[in-house]
Formats: sequence, C-alpha cells, structure tokens
Amino acid sequence: MSKTFETVIGLEVHVELATKTKIFCGCSTEFGGAPNTHTCPVCTGMPGSLPVLNKGVVEKAIAVGLATNCTITQNCKFDRKNYFYPDNPQNYQISQLYYPICRDGKIEIEVDGNKKFVRIHEIHMEEDAGKLVHDPFTDSSLVDFNRSGVPLIEIVSEPDMRSAEEVIAYLEKLRLIIQYLGASDCKLNEGSMRADVNLSVREVGSETFGTRTEMKNLNSFKAIARAIENEKERQIDLIESGEKVIQETRRWDDTKEYSYPMRSKEDAQDYRYFPDPDLVPIIISDEWLEQIRANQPELRDEKRIRYKEEYDIPDYDIDILTNSKKLADIFEEAISLGAAPKKVSNWLMVETMRLMKEHEMDPEDLKFSAKNLAKLIELVESKAINGTVAKEVFEKIFTDDIEPAEYVEANGLKTVNDEGALTKTIQEIVDANPKSVEDYKSGKEKAIGFLVGQTMKAMKGKADPGEVNRILKEILSK
Amino acid sequence: MDLMSLTAVELGKKIKQGEVTVIDATKACLERIKKLEGDYNCFVTVDEEGALKQAEEIQKKIDNGELAGPLAGVPVAIKDNMCIEGMLTTCSSHILDNFIPTYTAEAVLKLKEAGAVIIGKTNMDEFAMGSTTETSYFGATKNPWDVNKVPGGSSGGSAAAVAAEEVPYALGSDTGGSIRQPAAFCGVTGIKPTYGRVSRYGLIAYGSSLDQIGPIAKDVTDCATILEVICQHDDKDSTSYCEAADDFTSALVDDVKGMKIGIPRDYFAEGIDEDVKNNVLAAAKKLEEKGAVVEEFDLGMVEYAIPAYYIIASAEASSNLERFDGVKYGYRTAEYRDLHNMYKKTRSEGFGAEVKRRIMLGSFVLSSGYYDAYYVKALQTKALIKKAFDEAFAKYDVILGPVAPTTALTIGESLQDPIKMYLGDIYTVSVNLAGLPGISLPCGYDKDGMPVGMQLLGQTFDEKSIIKAAYAFECTREYKRPDALTERGL
Repeated sequence: MSKTFETVIGLEVHVELATKTKIFCGCSTEFGGAPNTHTCPVCTGMPGSLPVLNKGVVEKAIAVGLATNCTITQNCKFDRKNYFYPDNPQNYQISQLYYPICRDGKIEIEVDGNKKFVRIHEIHMEEDAGKLVHDPFTDSSLVDFNRSGVPLIEIVSEPDMRSAEEVIAYLEKLRLIIQYLGASDCKLNEGSMRADVNLSVREVGSETFGTRTEMKNLNSFKAIARAIENEKERQIDLIESGEKVIQETRRWDDTKEYSYPMRSKEDAQDYRYFPDPDLVPIIISDEWLEQIRANQPELRDEKRIRYKEEYDIPDYDIDILTNSKKLADIFEEAISLGAAPKKVSNWLMVETMRLMKEHEMDPEDLKFSAKNLAKLIELVESKAINGTVAKEVFEKIFTDDIEPAEYVEANGLKTVNDEGALTKTIQEIVDANPKSVEDYKSGKEKAIGFLVGQTMKAMKGKADPGEVNRILKEILSK
Repeated sequence: MDLMSLTAVELGKKIKQGEVTVIDATKACLERIKKLEGDYNCFVTVDEEGALKQAEEIQKKIDNGELAGPLAGVPVAIKDNMCIEGMLTTCSSHILDNFIPTYTAEAVLKLKEAGAVIIGKTNMDEFAMGSTTETSYFGATKNPWDVNKVPGGSSGGSAAAVAAEEVPYALGSDTGGSIRQPAAFCGVTGIKPTYGRVSRYGLIAYGSSLDQIGPIAKDVTDCATILEVICQHDDKDSTSYCEAADDFTSALVDDVKGMKIGIPRDYFAEGIDEDVKNNVLAAAKKLEEKGAVVEEFDLGMVEYAIPAYYIIASAEASSNLERFDGVKYGYRTAEYRDLHNMYKKTRSEGFGAEVKRRIMLGSFVLSSGYYDAYYVKALQTKALIKKAFDEAFAKYDVILGPVAPTTALTIGESLQDPIKMYLGDIYTVSVNLAGLPGISLPCGYDKDGMPVGMQLLGQTFDEKSIIKAAYAFECTREYKRPDALTERGL
C-alpha cells in the first residue's frame, strides 16, 4: 500500500516598500528611469560613502509587523550579509539577522471555509540589489544600480502551510494587508512582491520534518501553485524510489513547468553576518510605536464587517470590493460624494470588472476617479442620460477619467425629455411599420421590442426606454 | 622669513594681516615639497595647479572679507584615504591607484570652507593597515629626523610632511593610533578626537567603529584650531555626534592647577624603552610642578586591547574592503576567465600583503563557528575596556602615558615580524576601542636624538581637558624641528 504524504511549506516573502527615497540615501525609488540615473555614492558603494537610515522604512516595517500581530523589536540593528556579486555594489547587503524589527506574528487564512493561523517567524528590513543587464553586442554584462538600495522587508513564515491553496490564501492575505497599509503595491509580476517557497514532504502523522528545498523565481500566484505541486510530486517520487531529497535551492521555470537546482547546501556561502558599524541601533520608543499603531488604517477584515453593517450589499460584493484596496477606496469615496452604495457597487462589480478583464488590468491599476463615477450615477438617477448612454460614458471614464456631465453635453448624449417630440417620432415609427403593429395587436407581445429599438435608433439612443415603452403602448392601444 | 617654519595659525595670521599672500604661502609650500619629496616621499599626489588656483580664489575671498578664519589661506595636506572630488585618492593601494572620487569628504569640505588650500594627498600604510607607512604601494615614507627610520603610521606621510615643514598642517586618520603614533615618531602633535566628533563621510573605511579623522600639526594651538573647524555634526554620517562643535581653543590656557592626572602603571611595565619611560614620566613631573595632581593607578585590561582591536578592526576591514572588486572602479586584472577569476586575480594583484593578512584574519573571525568565539568575545572585551576607562575617568580628568613603547623603528624591521608591529600599538588601540579622545605631543628625545611622544587621554567628548593639559606642558618647552633638517641646511 502506498503511503500518504503531506506537504510542509514555509514562505520567505520579499516586499518592496513604497517609500519615495531609498533605504540608506536620498535617491528616488521610482521604477524605470535610464540606467544609473537614480544613484549616488551611497547606493553605488563608492569608497567612503556611508548609509543613513530612512525613517519611513522603519515606520512601514513596523506597520506591517503590527498588522500581522508581531512583537516589535524596540531596539533593533542592521547587520551586513557579505557575498560577492556585481549587482551588490559593496559586496555586502545591509540586512537584519540578529535583531529583526518584527518577530512572532501570525495571520489567519481561510481555505474552503476552514480557518487557520500561519505564524510569522520574523520580518526584517534590507536593501535591494542592482540589476545586471547583458549586452549581446559586446558580450558583456553591465550593472544598473537604480534598484540598489530600494527598501525591502522579508517576511519569513513558520512552516505552517500544507497545500498550494493555503500558500495562495496566505499570500493574498499578506498582499491585502500590505496594500491596505499603503506599504507596498505588492505586484508579483513587477517584482514588488516576491515569494520563495520552502517545501518538504513527510508521511502523514510524522512528527519530524523532511528535508526541504527552497524554490525561487516564482512570478505569479499561478506559478507558485504549479511549482508547489511539481516539487511535492518530485520529492514524493524521490522518497518512494528510495532516494533522498537534497537540501538545495532550486529555480522554477514556469514555461517548462520544471525546476532545476541552483546551489546545494554543500556549497552554501558563509555570509559572515556581523552588525553594521556604520549604522547605529534603531531605538523605537513606546511613543513612536503608539503613534504608528494609532495611524494604522482600517484593514480588510474590519472593513468587511463594517460594510455588512453599513451598506445593503451582498456578501459576495463585499468580498470582491474589499479584495482590493483600490476598489474599496473608490467605493467609499463615491459614497461619501452622495452616490447610493448599491449603485456604486453595481458599477464596480459589473462594468468595472468587465472592462478590467478586457484591458487585462488589476484593480490596483485603476485610474478613474470616484468623483466622476459618482457624477455619472447622479446623471443616471436624474434621468439626464439613460442606461445605455451611461455605459458608453463610463467606458470613457474608465479609460480617460473624463468629467461625465461635460462629456454628455459635448457629445449631445442627453436624454430627450420633450414628450411632444418623442410622441412624434414614435408615431412615425408606428406608421412606418404596419406589420409589427399588426403582430403586436394579434398578441405577439415581442413585436413591441422591435418598435422600441427602432425608436431608440431614430432618437440616436438619447431617449428614456421606459418612456418610449409607455408612449408606444398608449399609441398602440388607441 | 621662512614661511614653512611657521605654525598654521602663525601663517594664517600673517596672511590675514596682509604680510603674506596666499599665493606666496602656497608657492613656498610647493617649492619645499619639490625640494624634499625625493628624500622623504610624504606625498602620493601633489596638486600644484589646483593649489595655485585655489590660492587665488581664497586670496580674493580674504580680500573682500568673505574669509576671516585663522586657517584661511593656509595650505594643508590630506591623508590619501579621504576622498576629494577630482583628485586621485588611492589609500596607497594598487587597487585604487586610478581612483578619482566624484565627491569630497566632509572633513575636507569643512577645511575648504575655512579657506584651506589643498596641496595634495599624503602617503600612508595601504588602507591605513600598518604602523610604519611601509606597506604603501607607493613606497615607504622616511622619517625627517632620520631617513633610515620609519615615520610611524598609518598617517606617516601626514606626520612626516609636517615635521619636514613641507606643509604647515595635515589631516590624518586614527583607527588604532594612526595619528598619535606617527606624530610621536616625527616629533609633532596630533589629536585623535572622540569617536563621532568628525564626520567619517568620505573617509575610506578601515575599521568603521574605530576610524576617526584628526589634525597633525606643529603644536597644540594648531591642533585645537583645526579641530574646531572639522568637528561638526554631519547628517550623512549616522555615527556623527549631534552636538555643536566645542570652542576647543578656549582650552588653550596654561593652567593645570588642581587638574587630576592619572598615570596607568600598566603602561610602564614590560617592553617599554627606558628613554620613552623616563621622558614621559618627566613630563608628568612638569605638570605636577605646575599644580596638577598626578597619581599612578592600575587601569587594567591592557593585555586584552591588542587582540580585541585586531579582531574588530580586521573583521570590519574584511567587509569594508569587499567593494574593491574590479567591477566599478579601481584596478581590474588584465586577463580573466570569468567573474570569479576576475575577482580573485584583481584582489590578489591589487592588495598588498598586510591588507590580505587582515582580510583573511577578519574573514576568519566572522566565519560561522568562530563568530562567537572571536568576534563576539572581542566586542565584550571592548565593552570591558570602555568600563575600565570610565572607572579611571571617575577619578581623573586626564590619563597620561606613552604613545608607543619605542621611538621610531628602523625601516624594514617590523615588516619581518608583523606581531612585533602589532604589539607596538599597545598604548593606542584601547583609546579607539573605548572611543576616547587622545592627543600625542613630543616630550623629549631618546639617546639617538629621536623624538619621544606622550599621550593625554580624556573622557569621551572632553577634548578640552587634554588640550588644556597638553598646552600647559607645551609651554614648558620649545618646538624643535628635526636636527637633520638643520644640519642639511634645509
């Protein structure tokens, strides 16, 4: 009988913090930019330069720590991690080993209605490296230090996850917490959130852990799920065929759905960590900590409870809306401008979702303002435009964030509310379509749809369909 | 009038009074360097063109009243481990022998703002690792008192240049005695300020938790004046002291009545030259005669200072010097197979023997399995040394002792035996470990006529007390230039 195995997974998640300047110098963290334009002596490791800690990084790291129920190390330090690589200008990375800023946290995840806690071992602050660019023309590698010194936090979980679903739930939860805090945009595809998966398998019921591997280069939730399944199978196959799992770092190739070893423990580097003498210990006072705690925004779980209490919208909608900080922000702002929650939710749940899918966008990429959405809703409510026109206008809001009233005015989209004119047009349509009129009168109720359509066409869509229906029925009943 | 025999403050006064122009002073300095460099090799770089250009600009500023400080127009030499924008900065190493920084060290900027004329960069032990200035890639510097002797190190070029009157004053750096010991060997005065007093921004690091920039000049007045200019808080250095600079020159009063001076018995035990011992104790006597209360005491922890120092300094150095890899700047080996081979060859060819020795030592003590046994223990020792000094300063205003157990060694002597060279640092390294200020000034001569230095140590941020004691002692004797200069009619 074959044995049953369970997967044991722990994650190391790197998150790029959304500070304006780098962690140890005043250079911009902005993405892009010509190579080596966001650099200075500090982030290019020039001799004699010295790091000075960006306080904003500490505040964001603490905020994440508090939101994940960590204990904050009120007297923490930076250490140097020594290794040679050209993207690392000093050949040491300033990181935290001995006194990480946050420890012993936990977050609750939910998979198929089952809730569980994933413990967080620690969160530490560190600096990002530069980027190597290969130049095929000269067959040489060049270094771009624009990313060098961009602040990161590394969130290290305990090996508490047992499946890809739990891993995804944990990552989603982390992503939402961090986005809600405004600490990072957490985009896996752009690298502002990166996850390394530590995975081992063991027989169900076993108390000890198996040998683990670390998987790198996972650029999407889907890749993470695939890599976990693949690595789990690989390890089980090894064990079942009597071989041993080797402790090593592996690299995932998502196009080939295959991983290969990068380095094994035997040639693991000795990073010779020691406290960085250029940086003084970070003393986090009770006052500072309380101030950060007091400024913590409402997180998703709290928001869900509040929405349920305050707005009459379905749980499903609440889930979707709060699943993105951006969507929730637009939702709340539009309501604060006077729009009805139900209406705002509808626009976000239906049209916004459709257009996002069409444009292959994430909610975080939404560019339109709540103000223009609120105005659009007002135009519909006041019957200034009809639903069809509103959809057309919304598309323009979605792409270019246009001011809807001006747009409607400029494009002559306002509903014609002149009953005389409308009646005249309908009479003309009725006169021109005797067959349909006959059909309707002989009981084919559907025929009225054709007449309404013809009227709307003649009115260039600027009529209120309800009104058209009413007048049409009046005329036909004569 | 020989301008180069003046102190920096004396020369500054003459410039201010219009008796001497900045150009005259700069030219005198450059001519003297030209005349003597062949003998002493104090400089790695002499920036004649730049110095003359600066001189003109500074003279204009003095004339229109923009510059009025005591150092305005006075030439200065900078140890070659401080970055100066556009000027070759080598740390006396092959690996940086083509490195031209894009920015200027904060301490040098402060001097420039005060109107200093930067003459050039002085020779040093490679990356400040050494006590003789013999480990320089650009050859050893000679002691102006005797060209067969070392000038001390690692700021040997700065100390020798001041002693040889090639420049009125210079900046050095002190990680384990690198200002105080060469000052003593060359018969001049140097101050190692409290750790954090002078910004380290732009100082190419050796041991980051120990490095401190300080002045080397002919007398205490010069040193106090220079210190006042360079001691300022700097936001670019996290370890920079936050308070405003002290008025160090206000401590230049010949009055030590009631000052409590402690002499550590442990500093006069085994291994110290009789001549050094006698001169230093005689100096203490002089201060006692002036009304100071002088008393011997047991400092303790002295034998642990050297091992703790070499572990901490080498550990930090092994990491600090990683950036010299042939990728971004400096020397890169001509031929290599791959990245790893490039690193290996560049660093093997680029660093000298002493630097490699300390990188290996430092890498070893930080390695997993040895970190706690060596590095952590050294940090604990450092804390105990600081505690021993704190206890001493509860009783004394100032501690007085020798700078080094001997006077200047013969060239070549210590290269044969690095341990012997390390042991020569016994009285200086603990000061860096404890972060204290120390002043080194001449107090006599040995039987061969070589200068003997004494050291006055103060509690952290109490530079004033050591300046005061040093000044009072200095008032009992005349400044003496090297006899060799006089004999040769220089």
